[in-house]
Order: sequence, then structure tokens, then C-alpha cells
Amino acid sequence: MTRLNVNPTRMELKKLKSRLATAVRGHKLLKDKSDEMIRRFSMLIKENKRLRDEVESELSDGLKQFAFATALSSKSEMEKAFSMPRKHVDADFGIKNIMSVEVPSITVTESGDGEMPYAYAELTSEADYSVKKISKVIDKLMLLAEVEKTVAMLAIEIERNKRRVNALEYVLIPQLGETISYIKSKLDENERAATTRLMKVKGMIEERKAQ
Amino acid sequence: MKGKTAIIGRGDGVLAFKAGGVDAYVCDDEPKARATLKKIAPSYSVIFLTDDLAEGLDDLINRMNESAYPIIVPVPGENGSTGYAKTKMKEQMERALGVDILFQREER
Repeated sequence: MTRLNVNPTRMELKKLKSRLATAVRGHKLLKDKSDEMIRRFSMLIKENKRLRDEVESELSDGLKQFAFATALSSKSEMEKAFSMPRKHVDADFGIKNIMSVEVPSITVTESGDGEMPYAYAELTSEADYSVKKISKVIDKLMLLAEVEKTVAMLAIEIERNKRRVNALEYVLIPQLGETISYIKSKLDENERAATTRLMKVKGMIEERKAQ
Repeated sequence: MKGKTAIIGRGDGVLAFKAGGVDAYVCDDEPKARATLKKIAPSYSVIFLTDDLAEGLDDLINRMNESAYPIIVPVPGENGSTGYAKTKMKEQMERALGVDILFQREER
């Protein structure tokens, strides 16, 4: 490990010691953050999988039904029937904070009342069923959207955080430790050199007096 | 905050979503879907994207994971799911935890 390029003085020693203390504390905090994020992540990803499985099977069914139901109508008829949607997805799109990661939080304020955008005579009744089914799935899809995005953002943040923790643990903290011990040994050496020099000088003075 | 939702997909399947109150954009090929997604991303909060198109737009979707909105949600298209969402989940899990805690049991 390389040590930092600093002058071996008491001033630097003091500075480095306080830097080391900060680094150690930061490392501990980041590690705790990482633990908590991983805990949340593993909870959320299970939820994500559950929702995803549900939504995918329901939606595939609905879409298949829809494809069958509309196979008999011509393209222009279809487009006419769906050209003016009667309802909107009403939802509040907020922002939630999980371990200082800003993730979306969606609350669906109004779920559909099952109104069709077309007259019943226009399309087959199977189309009505499938459209209703899909409208119902949309609420669940919003929940899935929230969870899935949260999981994706947490995954990125966990990875980033892991890098920070590792950089502190394996680079900065050993570097600081090594530099500190280098400065200490250098200072001790200087002190020993000063003592021996004094002793030597004293000896020389005494020798001169004795002559 | 109020936001809008949209779906980008192939064929008539998206019309069913339109009836549910989601703005529908029909895109039959990947370049068109890419252009549409880029165009509408700033004005929508949630954009559903069918699996078959999402696979080709992976880079764009990853870039949008940096901020909370817009949320791109892959949904199965008319031909069913391609497994894109599961692959993504697996990828994220391996990135964050280092191990796969959900799917390895199923594969055995």
C-alpha cells in the first residue's frame, strides 16, 4: 500500500489522525446504510416478483381475450370505437425517500367505474369483458410501476454505496494508517537522533573540561 | 403531483389500454418506438412499454432509472411475455445482493 506524500511533522500527524477518525466513522455509517438498503431491497424484490407474476398472467389473459374479441372488427371500426376514451387514470405521483434515495410513490385516487368508451352495439361483448379486465389490471400496474422503479433505483444506489464502502475500507483507511505510522516512526527517530546528539555533545564538553 | 400515463406498443393490443384511460402510441418497429419514447418521456409519469419493444430499448430504460420519473414499465404484449422483466429483476438482484434469491429455486 502506498502512503500519502506528506511532510513528517506533528501538524500533519494531527491532521491525518482526525481524517482517519472521520473516515472510520463514515465507513461505519455507510456500512449501516448499505445493510439497511439491502434489507429493504430484498423485501421489495419479493413483492416485485409477486406483483409481476400476477400482472403478467392477468394481462396476458386479458390481451388474448381482447385480440380474439376484436378479430372480427375491421381496423377502422376499432379505431373509431377507441378514439375517445371516457376515463383517465387518476393518480398522485409523489416522491418518497428511502435511505436518501428519491423514489416514486404513486397513489391511485380514482379507479375506473367500468364505463366503456364505445357504444355496446359497436363491438362484441367479449371486448367489453377484456377491456374491463385490463382496466382493473391498470391499478395494479401502477403499484407495480412504483415497486419496480424503487427496486431498480435501490439496486443502483446499493452498488454505488458498496463502492464507497470498499474505497474507504481498502484504500483510504489503510493509506491513512500507514502514513500515520510512518510519521510517528519518523518523529521518534528524530527524537532519538536529538537525544544521542545531546549525549555526544555533553560527552565532548566533559572530555574537554577534564583536559 | 398529477401525471399522465401512456403505453407504447405494437398492434391493436394497446387500444385496450386506451379504453382504460392510458394514452396509446402505436409503434410497429424499434426505431419508431425509440423516437416516441424519447419524445414523450418528459411529459408522462408512467409509460408502459410492451416487452418485445423494451428489449431493444434497454439502454434508454436504464438511463431513465437515474431519476424517479418517468417510470418505464415493461408489460406483456399481445403475444404474451418475453421474460424481459424477469431478466431485469435478476440482473438487479445480482447487482445489489450478489446472489439470486428468487429464481434459482425454480430453475432446479
